[in-house]
Parts: sequence; structure tokens; C-alpha cells
Amino acid sequence: MKNKEPLILAVVVFFTLVTYYLVEPYAHHVMHKHVESENFEYKDLATFNGNGNAVNGKELAMSNCTACHSINVENMPAPMDAVTSAATYGVNPPDLSNAGVLFDAKYLAAFIADPAKAANVSHKFNDTKMHPMPSYNWMQPSEIADIVAYLQSIAVKAEELTPAMAFENSCGRCHAMGYEKWTQIGTKPSFKHKKDELAFDIKVLEYEDSIKAYMGKLPPDLSMYIRSRNEHFISTLVENPQNHLAGTAMPRTGVSAETMEKVIEHMKDAGDTKRHEREEVGMKVMIYIIIFAIFALLWKKQVWRDLH
Amino acid sequence: MAHFEKATSIHDWLNQRLAVDAVNRVMMTEYWIPKNINFLWAMGMVLVITFAMLLVSGIFLLMYYQPNIDTAFYSVNYTIMREVDFGWLWRHVHGVAASVVFLIIYIHMFTGIYYGSYKKGREMIWISGMLLFVAFSAEAFSGYMLPWGQMSYWAGMVITNLFAGGSLHADGLVEWIRGDYVPAQAFLTRFFMLHVLLIPLAIMGLIGLHFAALRIPHVNNQDGEEIDFDVEAKKYLDGDKAGAKVMRFANDFMSKDMMVVGFYLVFFFYLVFYHYGFAMDPVNFDPADGLKTPAHIYPEWYFLWSYEILRPFPFDVGLIAFAFAQVIFMLLPFLDKSPNSVPANRRGPFAIWFWVMLVNLVVLTAMGKLPPEGIFNVIGFISAVLFIVQWLALPFITKLEKKV
Amino acid sequence: MENNSRRGFMGIAFGAVAGIGAVGSLYAMKKSWDPLPSVKAAGFTTLDMTTYNENELVVEKWRGKPIFVLKLTSEMLETIKDKQNDMERLIKIGDSHFMVTLGLCTHLGCIPGYNPADKTFLCACHGGMYDVTGDVTKAPPPRGLDIPPFKIKGNLLVLGEVSDQYKAMKENGITL
Repeated sequence: MKNKEPLILAVVVFFTLVTYYLVEPYAHHVMHKHVESENFEYKDLATFNGNGNAVNGKELAMSNCTACHSINVENMPAPMDAVTSAATYGVNPPDLSNAGVLFDAKYLAAFIADPAKAANVSHKFNDTKMHPMPSYNWMQPSEIADIVAYLQSIAVKAEELTPAMAFENSCGRCHAMGYEKWTQIGTKPSFKHKKDELAFDIKVLEYEDSIKAYMGKLPPDLSMYIRSRNEHFISTLVENPQNHLAGTAMPRTGVSAETMEKVIEHMKDAGDTKRHEREEVGMKVMIYIIIFAIFALLWKKQVWRDLH
Repeated sequence: MAHFEKATSIHDWLNQRLAVDAVNRVMMTEYWIPKNINFLWAMGMVLVITFAMLLVSGIFLLMYYQPNIDTAFYSVNYTIMREVDFGWLWRHVHGVAASVVFLIIYIHMFTGIYYGSYKKGREMIWISGMLLFVAFSAEAFSGYMLPWGQMSYWAGMVITNLFAGGSLHADGLVEWIRGDYVPAQAFLTRFFMLHVLLIPLAIMGLIGLHFAALRIPHVNNQDGEEIDFDVEAKKYLDGDKAGAKVMRFANDFMSKDMMVVGFYLVFFFYLVFYHYGFAMDPVNFDPADGLKTPAHIYPEWYFLWSYEILRPFPFDVGLIAFAFAQVIFMLLPFLDKSPNSVPANRRGPFAIWFWVMLVNLVVLTAMGKLPPEGIFNVIGFISAVLFIVQWLALPFITKLEKKV
Repeated sequence: MENNSRRGFMGIAFGAVAGIGAVGSLYAMKKSWDPLPSVKAAGFTTLDMTTYNENELVVEKWRGKPIFVLKLTSEMLETIKDKQNDMERLIKIGDSHFMVTLGLCTHLGCIPGYNPADKTFLCACHGGMYDVTGDVTKAPPPRGLDIPPFKIKGNLLVLGEVSDQYKAMKENGITL
């Protein structure tokens, strides 16, 4: 009686793998076009030489930027609260304390000069509808470089930038992340009285109305996006939203590659929180189950010794 | 009252009241299994283990899941996945097991088709097995509704829409099934009831029937040989364990069963911890939104072949083809007109029928997932037609088989 | 007739390995049954003791149960100053004295009502009464109102955390 089991196993494995391949990698490849990453080089933007004067940059920032932007690290508050800002401009102008570490320097320079162009949303803004932030292309390039140098000087060091900070500053003014209690106007505190909680919720809703009008629709809550979209998609989307969603109102944010990694890390903390435990427990379970299989094999061999 | 002696031991006490020795003999040590079998015969035990894992993981998910359309998604993706200790583990086990169980069911089914284990006295094993397939399909579908993600909602919408019967326009029936105009709270809670209580009860009952149907005909063997179990059992009990054609279920067959289960569990847990995306589709990690249809809607992989039979035809024709596909496997014992109950490779044309059917089902599965465009449309149509033609041809092919 | 293929030592070994797996699974199951982190976190309530008015009973919530907070007036303090046991029931924060107890009658769990005019607690269910320190003054309650674990942090009182002061109250039999 020839032992046909290896052949049978090969047939079963073959059909299983072929089916798996067609249904998963191949089908997903057909359904979703692949976008290559540019590694956040922003090749379309003009080269930036840096070497700005941070002292001069501070003067320029104070006289040009603080009319709309807060700089918390310098104790410069925002002229309006978030909800009023959003109602006025469409979105809340970001605090600039960490702009120097979050965003690519070349991008920052290009953005200050022409926000809509750098953010790839020129299709949305034209003569009839202006970008809420004016263009500073009337400044000398050296002055813009000074502002960038100033922003870099007041920002935290790259190592001090936490995943939460990266997300909240780069994405959090438009995108909520409910599972981390993040709203577009900040982390939601716990309230003793229901009335205070509802008042906060109303503020968030008013803010969301403003941003819905500004963007065309409400930017989605990102709590589970690391699982509903994958890492590569999110990374390439943020790098240039137009590549995946042509015509979208989502701006190119100009984050650096390092900032993007931290944003992804934060999204994993939100949507794949137990991944470290999963790997740890997984290792232990795999070792156990292999031992289990070996003992089962040995028992079978012992029982079958006199059956053959 | 029957006569009872003073018990000599705990074993004796139980034996007098529950006949544990007799039960052990009948169910375990003198339940005779042919020796001439291969590892495919262990799929039944693999299914039992997988079903047990679904039950246990399901119990712990049930402790925290909330069948309410506003909190269901959160209860799964926040509470269970982030808060509950090992909640993520039960969810991964449950999702992976729900998908892998169908792989094993298909292997088990096609083993039965190949070796003719549905013929000659084994028809009820086949029918009860197919009913189990239907019950597991209903269980999988109802379970998929529960996370209330985008795929839950839209799969629920599409599949219940089928009951309108195309040109019959039985919209009232569809609304009655849903309990509402669209999948909403009533829909979720009734499918929760089905998934957690009614269908598991039906499955457990059908498993009992499936095992009962197996006892009299006995398990089949690799050559389809008709064995005299009494003669062979006597040989074994008289000491000729190597020469007898049968072996005990416990521990002879069970030890081999457990070995196969051991290898299976290595594969299974590898998937649970490291490769689970196929069982937890990304689209379902978006909360359900009745005002936004996902770009691509597709069922889980094990329904794709059947879904693809629905798609390529005009709607009414497709519905008829779909209904045909659900039922036709059940009729296999009666459509196969040949007197032979041997493995397919000894049955001439039937072997070709078998392999063509298997390959065609893989093609249908792939086409069911791919967007219905261009060449995929053509292939899907041809495959669907081939499926129907194969079944219609089966009585004729098998009638012409020579007796082996 | 030998009973079955001899289980042999491999069978027992395999059974033991399977048993280890079962124990591991039971451990995971037990942990899944544990209270959630959000539940344990909600086990602490912080009270701002500057917000209370004298002789005005405020009912807070801690672990789902009502908590009586009563700020004593100086007259109320006068009446109990001499009673050592009663003074030990109070919590002093800054210059104020507070009664902080569970708002559940120690008889059968109803919530007593406070009469600010009489400065007494009366439980409507069976007529039990307590004074402004929570001490029982009329049967059937078997003991005074229970005091929750607490810790003073400046002007804040955190219920659920255990301070030495609370431990001392338990040891002296002031509360259970």
C-alpha cells in the first residue's frame, strides 16, 4: 500500500495557495492602484538652502504670523479661540511652536511663499476664493529662510517629538481620533457635569461645521484607519493626497519622513494598540504549539508501532 | 427500580448508573475505523476542534459585544481589541477560525466526493454534512453583520435584497426579513440572536445527526473497499493488530487525529498572530454608513464561487442559477448514477469531472473577488456556465460508467 | 484483553502538554473576565472641597454609590466638640470640617434624607436616624454611615485612594 499522503498534501496545499494568491494579493493589486513613495523629498518644490537668520526670523514672524497663529512656546496666544477661528477662516490656524521640526524645511519655505501651491490645493483656490493664509511671495527668499530658521530654532528636537504630538499637530486640526479622545479642538477632558460635557461637544460640532464647509465634507475620524487602510497607503496619501484622491481638498501637509513615521506610530497606537503584546504572546504560543505537535507525533508513533 | 449492588469503586458506581464501560466501548475503544485511510480522514476532528475554538472565543466576545448600531463597532474595535485583557486574542481567533473552518469544510467535502463517501448507504452522512455547510454559511453571514462595519452593512443590504426575487419584486419580504426598510437596529439584533443562539443549536444538532449517520455505514476507506467490520474486529481483538483491516477509534485513530490536529494548530496559530488580514477585511474597519457604498463590495472568500454564479447573468437568470448552486451539491448522491463506490481516479470520466469541478470552483472564487470588468467578466461567465453544465451532465457521465 | 492500545508514557506526556495549553487558556479567560481599565479608573472621584456651602448636603457619586458631603457650621461643631468619637468621624480640610460618608443607610441600604433645620438624617424606610457626623442616633441601623476610602490632596478630596487617616479610622472602628 503505497503511501500517498505526501502527494495528497501537496495537492491540498497547491489548491489552497493558488486560491489564496488569486483572492488576496492578486485581487487587491487589481482593485487598488499602487503608488510609489517619493520618500518625502518634495521634488517638485524649489531647492532650499537654509542658512537663515533666526533672530531676524523671529522679528518677521512676530510681525507677520502672529496675527493669525499662536506660538505657545513663546507665550504668544492665538488671537481667537479655535471655534471662532474655524468659523472665520474655515480651519483653525495651527500653533507654530513645532512647525520647524514637524515639516520639511523646503516645504515650509514654499508654503510661506504660496500656501495653496505648496499644499497642492490650487485647484480649489483661485481669484474668487482665496486661501485663508495669504501668500508671502512678496518677501525676499532670504527673509522666508530667516522665518524657517526661527521656527526650527524654537521647535523641540526631533527625538523629543512624540507620536501623539506629530499626529495632533500635523493632522489633528481637521481629523478627530475618538479612540484617543482627540477632537479637532483638543483632547476631550472628563467632565463632572453632563452640561459641561455637552457644551464641549457642541463646540466640537460647531468647529466640524466650519471645516465641513471649508473642505466640502468632514475629514474622517482616523481611529481605525491604520487597519481600514494600510501603512503604505496612508504614507503615500499624506505625501501627496492628489496621487490617490485626484481633486481632493485635503492639503499636502509637508511633513518630513520622520514626522510621517511618528504619525503612523500614533495611528497604530490608536488602531492596533495591542500589537506588541500580540507579538510577545504569539512567540510563546508558537513555541508551545510546536512542542504540542511534536508530542502528538510521538504519541501517534508509539500507538501505531504495532498497527502496521 | 432495577437492581443495584454496593459499589466497589467510583468507577463501578458510575458504571452501574451510566454504563460508562459500555459507552466507552461503543464510542471509543470498539468503534472500528478502517486502517486504509490517509490524513484527509482527520478533517472531521479538525472541524470539531475549530468549532470548539469558535465557541470558546465566541463566549468571551459575547461578554463585551453590544448588539446596538451605535455602540457595536466601538464595543468590538475599542472595548474588545484595546481594553479587554486578551480581547484581541479572542477576536483574532474567532475571525481566523471562521475563515479557516471553511477551508477545512471544503477539503472535507471534496474528500467525500473524491472517495465516493456519499454513495451506497452513506447518503445521510452526505446530506447532514451539506446541511451543516448551509448552517455554517448562515452562521458566518450572521456573524459578519455583528461588527457593524461598512462591509457588514452593505453585505447585509445586498444579500437581503436577493430575497426580493428579481422581477418578483418581493420588497415586502425583504423588509420583513430586515425588520426595517434598510439594515438597522432590528436587523442587527435578530442576526445577533441567530448567530449566538439559534444557528449554534442547529449546528450542534446537525453534528449529532452527522455522527449518528456515520455509525451504521462506518467510515469509508481509501479504496472504497467493503469491509466486514465484525470479522476484522475479531482479528484485532484476537491479537492480530497488524493484520486486521480495522483499528480502534480510541486511541489508534485518535492519536493520528491528534497529530494532524497538532500540525493544523501550528498553521492556525501562525495565522492568528502573524497573518490574519485575509480573515479581517480592511473595509470592515470603517464604521457602517448607509449613505456611502464602498468602492468594492465582496463577500468572504468562501462565498465567492457562489456569488460569481449570480453575477454574470441577467438578474432573474442569475438568481435561478444562484439558487441552483446552493442546492445542487445536496443532490449529489442521487445525481451520481454509477454503481461504483471507489475513488475517483478509478472511475474514468468521473475523475475528469472531479478535477474540472475543483479547478472551476477556484476560478469562480477568484472571479468573484475581482471587479466585474473586461476579461474577468468573460472568464466568470464561462466558468458559471461550465458549473451548471457539469452538474446537468453528471447523471449521464456516471450512467455510462462501467462497473469496476 | 489489554485495554486499548497501551496508552504508554507518550500518551500521558502528550496529555500533560495539552493540559498546559488548557491551563494557559484558562489564564487568558480569567484575565478577560477582569474589570476593564476604564472601570478601575472610574473608581476614583475627586471632589473640590472649596465648592461646598455650610449645612447644605450635596450628594456626589463614587463607584456608582451616593456620597453625602456636608460642610459643618461652627454651631454644629460646638455641639459635638466634646464628643471625641464624633469628631473623629469628620474630615478637616483647611479650616472646615466635613462629613463625608456613603449615602446608604447601614440597615438595609436606603438613602436617608437630610433635614437642615433639625440637622438630622432620617431614613424613611425604617426610621433610622443619624447626626451631622453620620453617627447613628436611632435604631434600627447597626452602625453609623460608612466612610469611603479617601485621601486629602490640598483642597481636593480623592475618594477611592487610601490615606493613613482613613486607615486610622478603620482601625479605631469609626467605619468598616
